Amino acid sequence: MPRPRAIEKKLDRLSRIAERSLERLRDLGVDHAEVAVGTGRELEVSVRQGEVELVKEAQSSGLSVRVVRDGRMATSSTTDFRDESLAAFLARAVEMAELSEPDELAGPPSPRSLVKEWPDLDLFDPATDRIRAGRAIKLATAVERAALRADARITTSEGGSFGRSSGCSVLATSGGFLGRNAGTYQSLVVQAVADDEGGKKRKGVYWSGGRFFGELESAAEVGREAASRAVASLGPMKIPTGHYPVVFEKAAARAIVGLVASCVLGDSVYRQRSYLAGRLGDTIASPQVSFVDDPLIPRAPGSRPYDGEGRKVKKIAVCRKGVLRSYLLDTYSSRKLDLRPTGSASGGGGVPHSSTSNFYLVPGRMAPERLLKGIERGLFVTRMMGFGFDPTTGNFSRGAEGFLIENGELTSPVSEVTVSRNLDELLQGIDAVANDLEHKTSVSSPSFRVDQMTVAGS
Amino acid sequence: MPRTGKSTGRTSARRPRGEAPFVFGPQAIDPELAQRVLARALEQGGHFADLYFEYRRSASLSMEDGRVRTAGGGIDMGVGVRVVMGSAVGYAYAESLEPDEMLRAAETASQIARAGATVAPVAVRQRKIRSAYPVEDEVVDVEGAARVELLRRVDQAARRHDRKIKRVDASLVAVHKEILVVTSDGVMAHDVRPMVRMSVSAVARRGKRTETGSSGGGGRQGLAYFEAVTPEDHGIEAARVALVNLDSKPAPAGTMPVVLAPGDSGILLHEAVGHGLEADFNRKRTSNYTDCIGRSVASPLVTVVDDPRLAGSRGSINVDDEGVTPREHRLIVGGKLRGYMHDRISAEFFGKRPSGSGRRESFRHVTMPRMSNTLMEAGEDAPEDIIRSVKRGIYAAKYSGGQVNISNGDFVFSLTEGYLIENGKLTAPLKGVNLIGNGPAALRTVSMVGHDFMLSDGMWTCGKDGQSVPVGVGMPTVKVDELTVGGTAV
Repeated sequence: MPRPRAIEKKLDRLSRIAERSLERLRDLGVDHAEVAVGTGRELEVSVRQGEVELVKEAQSSGLSVRVVRDGRMATSSTTDFRDESLAAFLARAVEMAELSEPDELAGPPSPRSLVKEWPDLDLFDPATDRIRAGRAIKLATAVERAALRADARITTSEGGSFGRSSGCSVLATSGGFLGRNAGTYQSLVVQAVADDEGGKKRKGVYWSGGRFFGELESAAEVGREAASRAVASLGPMKIPTGHYPVVFEKAAARAIVGLVASCVLGDSVYRQRSYLAGRLGDTIASPQVSFVDDPLIPRAPGSRPYDGEGRKVKKIAVCRKGVLRSYLLDTYSSRKLDLRPTGSASGGGGVPHSSTSNFYLVPGRMAPERLLKGIERGLFVTRMMGFGFDPTTGNFSRGAEGFLIENGELTSPVSEVTVSRNLDELLQGIDAVANDLEHKTSVSSPSFRVDQMTVAGS
Repeated sequence: MPRTGKSTGRTSARRPRGEAPFVFGPQAIDPELAQRVLARALEQGGHFADLYFEYRRSASLSMEDGRVRTAGGGIDMGVGVRVVMGSAVGYAYAESLEPDEMLRAAETASQIARAGATVAPVAVRQRKIRSAYPVEDEVVDVEGAARVELLRRVDQAARRHDRKIKRVDASLVAVHKEILVVTSDGVMAHDVRPMVRMSVSAVARRGKRTETGSSGGGGRQGLAYFEAVTPEDHGIEAARVALVNLDSKPAPAGTMPVVLAPGDSGILLHEAVGHGLEADFNRKRTSNYTDCIGRSVASPLVTVVDDPRLAGSRGSINVDDEGVTPREHRLIVGGKLRGYMHDRISAEFFGKRPSGSGRRESFRHVTMPRMSNTLMEAGEDAPEDIIRSVKRGIYAAKYSGGQVNISNGDFVFSLTEGYLIENGKLTAPLKGVNLIGNGPAALRTVSMVGHDFMLSDGMWTCGKDGQSVPVGVGMPTVKVDELTVGGTAV
């Protein structure tokens, strides 16, 4: 879908600012520079107990720059686009580069690897910016009302919210790349609260979000789902400490896939902050497991038509049937590791670094309910808490809540337990992957089952 | 205006307190202009409005493996306009001080209050505040080469500590932030908020085993910080932790006594009780501490305060982001819950005076009740006795972070340095592990509190509703009889 004329005009204006800045930097004697200029618009409203709590609306803009002179690098950013201010800002950025030390690998990608054309990934919904505060308030009110009415045990809510944002960005590099991109995003969320024994509250959170307004789930569906999650978690118990098979529901599964993602980034690998360093070609997971990073999925949250250095992007098979095939590499990390770059740079205008686009565990064929089959006693994890992961060793240990699995069925809710196992062993222990993947977030996963983990409880 | 890379050397005592264009120079905000913007904000109605001007100049350096890889920094400035009507907030901001843009933001923020009674802003009176963090030499103004030297020292200290240290990464971030709050009830308050943070991580390798350790610190302090705590201290500390972890064993799993080391363990307070006592959650009745004022929520040994006025600490503020002068909040005294932390909206709701806990990440964000420096007061036990009292348990020394579920009170924190306690002695170092407990339940099992109160060296950043603010924590050695340790060894 072509973007509105007004957006193209805005991109034209940003392009002129970026190119003028590049020219100035050339005059200041830099060897290489990247300039990123962007603007954004946002609206956020929240409603609680039927009353409006917040209406926030703003526009912002920013210019960020990376300069390299004699192998020395500096980065800076500003929101002041006035001509004389920009000139002073750029001069200071170049001056700042004196502080860093020459790095022969800090240079740009070769001009040949920069793209001139890129696919339209359908990331911009013209309807988004047209949603005014009044309509947003109606949506937030409706989602809260749906949650409060869904079940008599819902006592209150932390509010319903609707937010929308849109952004335009231009990336210009001294290698001759000039990229233009625009995108939108909106979400509808509600947190329903039910009262439990001992003054405790149980919260059920559910949200729907996406680049296209028309693709959001209805307020009624979102509210109902939040309420049913709150109610289902009433009266939880702690289970005895021991080894259990564990099924991760897709939202919790995503958190684990996110840890894997952080360990295949070139930056983590060359800094020795990844247990997967030096393991290309090794078996790192069970044969059921394949990980993919795909920047080219239309309308997906993490899609990008080119990377943060202006390189071509493509779908990368990171792990195929358990075997580690590729890291995700920007120019610098690829040089550090002596591998070919994969077009995975982000940070246009900042220090380029490797990053994921849409990173996911490839779904299997099984319906998620079937993951429970055959489990006599296990744990079904719906939510995790905390930061218990050491990327260097892969040691993983996190707070968890969910449900007890008994004879293949979910029974009592469980809370205040931890699940632990080294990530390396955990991935090798994945023995079933479900078919319920959705690209709702840029890192995503279907539900999966791990043969065994240590659960610490009572 | 000082520039990055240029030395200002010793700053003279006569230097104006502030450099932000909204307090100094042709764009300085005079009370008349501020009132005009506030009046526009309240034109459609509303009980209260405020303007939050912010200027943030930063300078950062990062060193990778012995080489300064990049220098960064910049200036960010703008003003947020807020209109409050009951507990409803209209918010907008401008990234400039142009009167037209400020007035436009005020109009956008005023949308919230269509057809309400209007109030007129009161004439402002400027207030003088004594700073809890007067700084002589701000690190952001220190000449680049001298800042590089600080990183060089931390790097070398870590490397020289042991040959098994194979890699060191370090960074130094310094910020000069100024705020000016002008409110419709007549406050005009300016605050200069310096900040420095050094962090370092070291990689140790022996055979096939690789482990990391980290250290760092800082606060609302200037160059003098590095006289009290040298870069060498941080370098050696990071290396020491990495080496300890080379010998770490799988942690046990299950519920057992946990001894919390003084200082950093304050993260437990922050998660287990702090967030639950932020008044917005209680106003909304979504905190497990709702309606608990006056009740016993912890062991009688536990007294918790939130103190925004600690000299030089990372979480300190002279005035909050709504123009309220903060005071020490006694949250839990002898195990009894005494009060919540309020911003203006929650104070109005509960019929209290605002306590100065209204904070925000930047002018692009609305305020919420937030913690500053959250501390547990010292008790009477000797730390050695506390360890000696444990037959089998865990000694928790360093953490990567924590998290809480406000509604049910479950909290976690993640250990990066810990030890097994066997028969009253620290024995094997443990692999990184997660601990989980429930706020009131865990604090009721506090059975010993040490006399060795320690403030954590400033490294903590607290996230809430997508907004990050710097915070401080501190506590003495404490024994919690029952926490669940999420190890792998059953």
